[in-house]
Amino acid sequence: MLTLKNPPTRIEVVQAGKGRDLLFLHGAGGHMPNDPLLAALATKYRVSAPLLPGYGRSEGEDGLRDMLDVTLHALDVMEKLKLRKPIVVGHSMGGMIAAEMAAIAHTEIEKLCLLAPAGLWLDAHPIVDIFAKLPYELPALLFHDAEAGKKLLTAGGGDMADIEFLKQFLVMNARRLGMAGKLLFPIPDRGLAGRLYRITAKTLIVWGREDVLIPPVYGDAFKKAVSKSKLVKIAKAGHAVGQEKPAAVLKAIQDFF
Amino acid sequence: MKFTWFHLMPWPHMPDDFRQKHRSVWVDLPNKMYQPELGHIAYHQYLDQLEYAEKVGFDGIGVNEHHANAYGLMPSPNIMAATLTRRTSKAALVVLGNSIALYNPPLRVAEEMAMLDVLSGGRLIAGFPVGTSMDTNYAYGTVPALTRERYAEAHELIRKAWAADEPFAFNGRYTKLRYVNCWPKPIQNPPPVFIPGGGSVETYDFCLDNTYSYSYLSYSGYLRAKLLMEGYWKRVAERKADESPYRAGFAQVICVADTDAEAERLYAPHVSYFYNRCLHVYPGFADAPGYRTIKTIQTGALSQFAPGSGRDYPNMSWKDLTEGRYIVAGSPETVRQQMEELIKTLRAGNVFCLLHIGNMPDDKVRHSTKLFAEKVMPHLRNLWPDWKNHDDRFWCHPMHEPVPTRIAAE
Repeated sequence: MLTLKNPPTRIEVVQAGKGRDLLFLHGAGGHMPNDPLLAALATKYRVSAPLLPGYGRSEGEDGLRDMLDVTLHALDVMEKLKLRKPIVVGHSMGGMIAAEMAAIAHTEIEKLCLLAPAGLWLDAHPIVDIFAKLPYELPALLFHDAEAGKKLLTAGGGDMADIEFLKQFLVMNARRLGMAGKLLFPIPDRGLAGRLYRITAKTLIVWGREDVLIPPVYGDAFKKAVSKSKLVKIAKAGHAVGQEKPAAVLKAIQDFF
Repeated sequence: MKFTWFHLMPWPHMPDDFRQKHRSVWVDLPNKMYQPELGHIAYHQYLDQLEYAEKVGFDGIGVNEHHANAYGLMPSPNIMAATLTRRTSKAALVVLGNSIALYNPPLRVAEEMAMLDVLSGGRLIAGFPVGTSMDTNYAYGTVPALTRERYAEAHELIRKAWAADEPFAFNGRYTKLRYVNCWPKPIQNPPPVFIPGGGSVETYDFCLDNTYSYSYLSYSGYLRAKLLMEGYWKRVAERKADESPYRAGFAQVICVADTDAEAERLYAPHVSYFYNRCLHVYPGFADAPGYRTIKTIQTGALSQFAPGSGRDYPNMSWKDLTEGRYIVAGSPETVRQQMEELIKTLRAGNVFCLLHIGNMPDDKVRHSTKLFAEKVMPHLRNLWPDWKNHDDRFWCHPMHEPVPTRIAAE
């Protein structure tokens, strides 16, 4: 656990693997049980995956209210982890945070990988309101193969009819999505579009071709706005592109950096 | 006892197949269903009913705020209360209330409520709800996890604005005003305040700290409310506050007819309309993650998610609803008995009487209202003899000799 003083937070960090430093920032759902993407990345990199306050055992979410708070917090965590020029990888909400970090601290972040990042809004392609979705609707939103996705999401899960499990689930859900809402509710746009021009990092953008949550057209928008960027679209993958196609995402990262 | 005749002002023209055709009465129900010309008729009928309630002797008349829905058509309760100031002269105007986290700046609430208090000659009772998640988060876009902090700051600003005699600066996190200067100021300073709550300890303490009355607005009746209100009274005792029943209020759907059988015949279709159409909220809109505090989820609010506690309104009969005391309905004697039990069980000095229900036509509303006022209310007046039917802290203080409105109008 990392302890940061300002604002006071305690951060759980999943660390695995050997090799070049890679910082991974999770999406609004947090890490998946036995997360397949983290496992794949750890075969080639020294992965550090901190959990945002509100997720897992990380605490201190009350002191993080908006995009700037979270961006600076993530930069502080990166510094505290003493990572040497890491590849900064972020998925969805984590991609939004990673892009903000690279825009604000563009001299510190030289390698950036955005996996289906949030943060832009196109009126012609509205993003689904995940805050109005019920748990059973999530697999089809996150995965191209909803059945397989459901198994990934509920691995090690419990029984919703059990009152204790249900209580834990509701608390966990409220903490996670309560925190995510500060960046994503009601519209996942906190002005990133106006700051993307500042990113000087070599940037890989990865999208699942079958992403129904943030459609691939957003990948084109990111590609257009970030100067040194490449867009890779992966077939038969939904929004959780890294968890659904971990090997393909790992290969794209290795090929690019 | 204080009885407030409360109007939700629902849209009364939802079709029979509403539940099948629409997933929610709130947030994303297409407003092509709303017909403004019929809305004109409904609004005026509803306002007439509130005025009628004063005429037959209710202590208060009540309105509230909701958005993007067919359940209650008052995005601005203050507009409704303003019309009532002109055509009523005695009843408290219970505005329960303004969702203060939604106003920008929240000073607007201080100003408009001051206007209402001045217009009505000191008859305002103010309410400060957090607002439902449907209204506050989904319809008005407030970030769920920041809603309560916003609310607390708005409350602080409003109370300071009413209290100050000179302009002052307010440097809040969400509202920054170099010159706070509330013109007009309320006659009652401050007006009494009712807080709608749903069982969180934080809200109990907030009421006790500020001498506000705690109002539990539920449609599941007093048997299920008992546990929650016991929690409130336990907290009152722990805090060593007095146990004035006027510290508590409860909303109740009530139907009165000459006999129990007649009540079912007259009102059952409208009760069914209310429970099956007006309360048909998509679960995805009911409770945005972050809207409730973790503490609340861990304690009280969870019970509604527990297996077996699900309220299966579509399959509940009149018998289920009356025997389960979701609604209090029947002859004047039946209603009197059950209301007495409700008031004593919950120790509630304020009752918000819901006598217009769903799509109930005007003649039935008046019939039920009149029977309640004449044959029920008088028998419930003195249930709290120790408190002499009144607690100065929790009711309005009209000006001693209000200007008769007709003269004022000339």
